[in-house]
Amino acid sequence: MTTLIIICAVLLLTGVYLSWTAGRLDRLHTRIDAARAALDAQLLRRASVAQELATSGVFDPAASMVLYQAAHAARQAEPDHREVAESELSQALRAVFGEPGQVTAVREAPGGAEAVSELGAAVRRVPMARRFHNDGVRAARALHRHRKVRWFRLAGHAAFPLAFEMDDEPPAALAARAAGPGATRGT
Amino acid sequence: MRIGIVCPYAWDVPGGVQFHVRDLAEHLIRLGHDVSVLAPADDEAGLPDYLVSAGRTVPVPYNGSVARLNFGPLSAARVRRWVLDGDFDVLHVHEPAAPSLALLTCWAARGPIVATFHTSNPRSRAMIAAYSMLQAALEKISARIAVSEYARRTLVEHLGGDAVVIPNGVDVDFFARAETNPEWTGTADAPTIGFVGRIDEPRKGLPVLMRALPEIVARRPGTRLLVAGRGDADQAVASLPAGLRDRVEFLGMVSDEDKARFLRSVDLYVAPNTGGESFGIILVEAMSAGAPVLASDLDAFAQVLDQGAAGELFANEDAAALARAAVRLLGDPARRDALRESATAHVRRFDWRTVGADILAVYETVTEGAVAVAPDDRATPRG
Repeated sequence: MTTLIIICAVLLLTGVYLSWTAGRLDRLHTRIDAARAALDAQLLRRASVAQELATSGVFDPAASMVLYQAAHAARQAEPDHREVAESELSQALRAVFGEPGQVTAVREAPGGAEAVSELGAAVRRVPMARRFHNDGVRAARALHRHRKVRWFRLAGHAAFPLAFEMDDEPPAALAARAAGPGATRGT
Repeated sequence: MRIGIVCPYAWDVPGGVQFHVRDLAEHLIRLGHDVSVLAPADDEAGLPDYLVSAGRTVPVPYNGSVARLNFGPLSAARVRRWVLDGDFDVLHVHEPAAPSLALLTCWAARGPIVATFHTSNPRSRAMIAAYSMLQAALEKISARIAVSEYARRTLVEHLGGDAVVIPNGVDVDFFARAETNPEWTGTADAPTIGFVGRIDEPRKGLPVLMRALPEIVARRPGTRLLVAGRGDADQAVASLPAGLRDRVEFLGMVSDEDKARFLRSVDLYVAPNTGGESFGIILVEAMSAGAPVLASDLDAFAQVLDQGAAGELFANEDAAALARAAVRLLGDPARRDALRESATAHVRRFDWRTVGADILAVYETVTEGAVAVAPDDRATPRG
């Protein structure tokens, strides 16, 4: 009788523990989904402003074409090529805004100040959103690998989460704080 | 935006994290956000409107000094209540890797949680020992902020994952506009050296400065050392030769206004801290006030001083090196002016306008596509 009670108690406790772990996993996946949505939104914002600037006529034709092509490719990229396309947009932005004089020139064009501050906010937020996303992915992967999760198949059919790897280094002239106080959209 | 901020250390005890939380909350309120701060408070009288007390604290040794923290079922219940009542869009917890209110909040809530890691203690065994228990709570954090590149490195080393670096904020203009006080200003023959910090805490480095003082006074005979901070003055000067003790003046604890005037007045600010620093807010304050800074070459200090461009660095704990650098700087007004100038430009990145905007950008990033904060009702075995 006592043995039966002990067995039942152990089974119950194991059940509670496993259900709690499943809850942890579920919560992590929700967090990753939200982080991914935020990252997609920031990437889209960046590509949109870049494309707008490319067609606005503030750059010379060569710079406009480079920027337009990269922004267009980033927006149209298939999921498999997204990381490469977004990295190429980062490189294009760094090339176009390679010298601080370029930022000043764009700022002086009509509507340029606003575009620069929007692009500045976007290039600073992309690395932020990407770090938060990959941090969640790392936590989920650590838990997925755990014995209890593999043996009891707690992850169900949830896809093994993947980090988003890209070159997100912003152009120095745009990311620098001295570039202007208006680079925030906080309020 | 409705923002809930959790401060783990007692509100009525002065400390870096408390000041950071206070300034952040007041900055966000000025911008029109709805802010509530949950913090332990031993004395409930005279607390600001936005503060919710989490009750009394227990003194615990932590990170080289005694921290007053609170934990246990009563505190956990208060946290749940606050989360439920607050109906926040985002929670911002501070120092969640310490056994504290911030960690309890991670347990008790779900939804977008932002965490700022202030300390970087490379020898924290407790953190490693409690790793798996911590992990379950910390994995609820949607966004991590480290106050310096150094703090970020230790965080990644100990807990894995990643964080964005957003420095601590300072109201630069408050220091830049303070008036000088003639009692603390020096002359060419009698320059003044300033030190702010707890006298009786060895890692703040006053003993190193005391060892360097005889050499400094020998080379610049009129030099006065002004010390602002709590602690036993007699004990602090005990190591000095009797004839030098009158070169040191103790001002005791000073108010924020006096600290700003103090930093505006001195000819050289010395930060001889020997370790345990993850940021160095006092250096930013000194730079804001236009005091030339000479600091030990801790990783965190080197970063705040732009690797030596905005202030000079000397080899940590090396009193002779400190004395050499101080003597040279006190005799070279042109160099001090150059340091002042580069510091004034460098310090803008630490102004609350910049730092506050970055923190809000983090809030916006994590609330995008996420539901609001709520108590976590799932079964949570409390390790």
